[in-house]
Amino acid sequence: MNVKTPSKLEKILKAGHLAVTSECGPPRGSDPEAIKKKAELIKDHVDGINITDNQTSVTRMCSLASCIHLRLMGLEPILQMVTRDRNRIALQSDILGAASFDIHNMLCLSGDHQSFGDCKQGQNVHDIDSMQLIQTVRYMRDEGKFLGGDDIKRPPNMFVGAAANPFADPFEIRVPRLAKKIAAGVEFIQTQCIYNLDKFEEWMRLARERGLTEKVFILAGMTPMKSAGMAKYMKNRVPGMDVPDELVKRLAGVPKEKQAQEGIDICVEAIQRLKEMEGVKGFHIMAIEWEEKVPEIVERTGLYPRPKI
Amino acid sequence: MIVADKKPIEEIVEEVKDCDNILILGCNECVTVCEAGGKKEVGILASALRMYFLNQGKDMKIDERTLERQCDQEYLDEIRDIADQYDAIVSLACGVGVQFTAEQYHSIPIYPGVNTCFLGATEERGLWTERCQACGQCVLARTGGICPVSRCAKRLLNGPCGGSSNGMCEISKELACGWQLIVNRLEALDKMDDYEKIFPIKDWSTDRAGGPRKVVREDVQI
Amino acid sequence: MRLQYPSSVKIIRVPCTGKIDILHILRAFEKGADGVYAVGCMEGDCHYNSGNFRARKRVEQAQKILNTIGVSGERVQMYNLSSSEGPLFAEIAQEMTERIRKLGPNPIKQAMKKAA
Repeated sequence: MNVKTPSKLEKILKAGHLAVTSECGPPRGSDPEAIKKKAELIKDHVDGINITDNQTSVTRMCSLASCIHLRLMGLEPILQMVTRDRNRIALQSDILGAASFDIHNMLCLSGDHQSFGDCKQGQNVHDIDSMQLIQTVRYMRDEGKFLGGDDIKRPPNMFVGAAANPFADPFEIRVPRLAKKIAAGVEFIQTQCIYNLDKFEEWMRLARERGLTEKVFILAGMTPMKSAGMAKYMKNRVPGMDVPDELVKRLAGVPKEKQAQEGIDICVEAIQRLKEMEGVKGFHIMAIEWEEKVPEIVERTGLYPRPKI
Repeated sequence: MIVADKKPIEEIVEEVKDCDNILILGCNECVTVCEAGGKKEVGILASALRMYFLNQGKDMKIDERTLERQCDQEYLDEIRDIADQYDAIVSLACGVGVQFTAEQYHSIPIYPGVNTCFLGATEERGLWTERCQACGQCVLARTGGICPVSRCAKRLLNGPCGGSSNGMCEISKELACGWQLIVNRLEALDKMDDYEKIFPIKDWSTDRAGGPRKVVREDVQI
Repeated sequence: MRLQYPSSVKIIRVPCTGKIDILHILRAFEKGADGVYAVGCMEGDCHYNSGNFRARKRVEQAQKILNTIGVSGERVQMYNLSSSEGPLFAEIAQEMTERIRKLGPNPIKQAMKKAA
């Protein structure tokens, strides 16, 4: 087992376990209890907790500070970083700041466009893109250097992740794009929420054919639906989301008060199917403002207890 | 060309309302083609302003003139003899023309009559779209002749992002995803292998980031 | 047919309403006209395909500008009719004249008199 970083997530994946990660969105305020409470709900059922970085471009407590709170609780945060809001100076600086608190995982993203959020009139930065952020953090870690070429004293030691969306267009570049991220140095992938399992399977098959599943740990992204309304919203309004009609129908087919449970059931069934899929190395459960349901999903899918490493 | 759009008349009125004698100065180049600041638009604005101020009981003298270009001194010199008589000049040129006019006529207030929008092309009459952000280091050779800097809302050099859907950008169902266009072109050119080459971190020092830019060409300087 | 229409209407002939520019309309008001209307061919029947559509757009533009500067945009209108509709032509002239009478004189004309 060739472990490169102190990351617990890396150790679990490289020991051959199916990993489980989840995510928490920071609060729209400065109360640290908000993020700590969410983490408390899931901490025994996951190996790492993603902290989103101003997701959908809505201003929130910063991802780094939230990760520090989790770290101080003895948990394993996964720092999400988008290239939308910070240039290469700020990104490198935040990476060092995270490393100084022994935050050992990060997820490199470009970020939703600011027009979705609460600062539609703001600038976006995009000095570098997510692919180049992967390269940057790998360079800082492996070469021990800043992008400018100077040596870093105590380089950051991050396990480097990125997102992949098998459902966005054009489909024909979705696997080449994964290959590109791997070439850039990504070590784990958390996918977009999977509802169309057949399409995901096709994407995985193509990835396997190119040997990509041997080079990167792919965690399947799962988000339980709370209601038929949420399913319709995700289908029609969220860019890059593929929600099959049957799923919407199935949710709409049960009484409103039972739709949430049906959503959990659908999620559990999907994980059970994906557990058998070659190349799937774990699950990233994004229960949006529904963190309390993560333990149930993890337990019902036989992913509990989590390995101790 | 440089694409501009007309400013609301109210905004121009606000700038010049205390003047007695103004010049509306058009430009025969880009702003004429995009129908925002050519001779015709000068006439329309002048006529509208004349009527507006007359209606307010103010007899403002409003002259019209359109120069070949406002971004060249030799053409700006054509108003050298008359410029002094005006309290203000409203320039319907792009931001370049407005500033160059201001530099040439230091003591006369110059107000912009258009909003300068972008570098673009006429897709059809009345529809202009962006094509270039003048980053100073052209990448088109590597992206199938479609610019990711100007046509991707996140200017991703390694796109598309996960928001590309049915060929459209996540920010609008009416905006083509620049990276979908790039992929289409690379496929048509049988150059999809190029897609997998990682585009290195870009040097933005030749872009806006590097401060006001200049091109010096000693070979053509006299 | 010897149809009657108000004598206050001055006809300016153009080869196609597509020839009419916003500036022509604005200048007419600057020179004291109380109203302007364009009479084009039926939509879809333009000999130059889109002349009457262009005219309509320009009339709308002129309306907007006139509203902005305090001269009612209602003073500018676009009508379409075919060449065989003489009675309708007279009706339109009547309708337009009544519309303008209701609106009163062009305020610019009055302002000019005051200024002079």
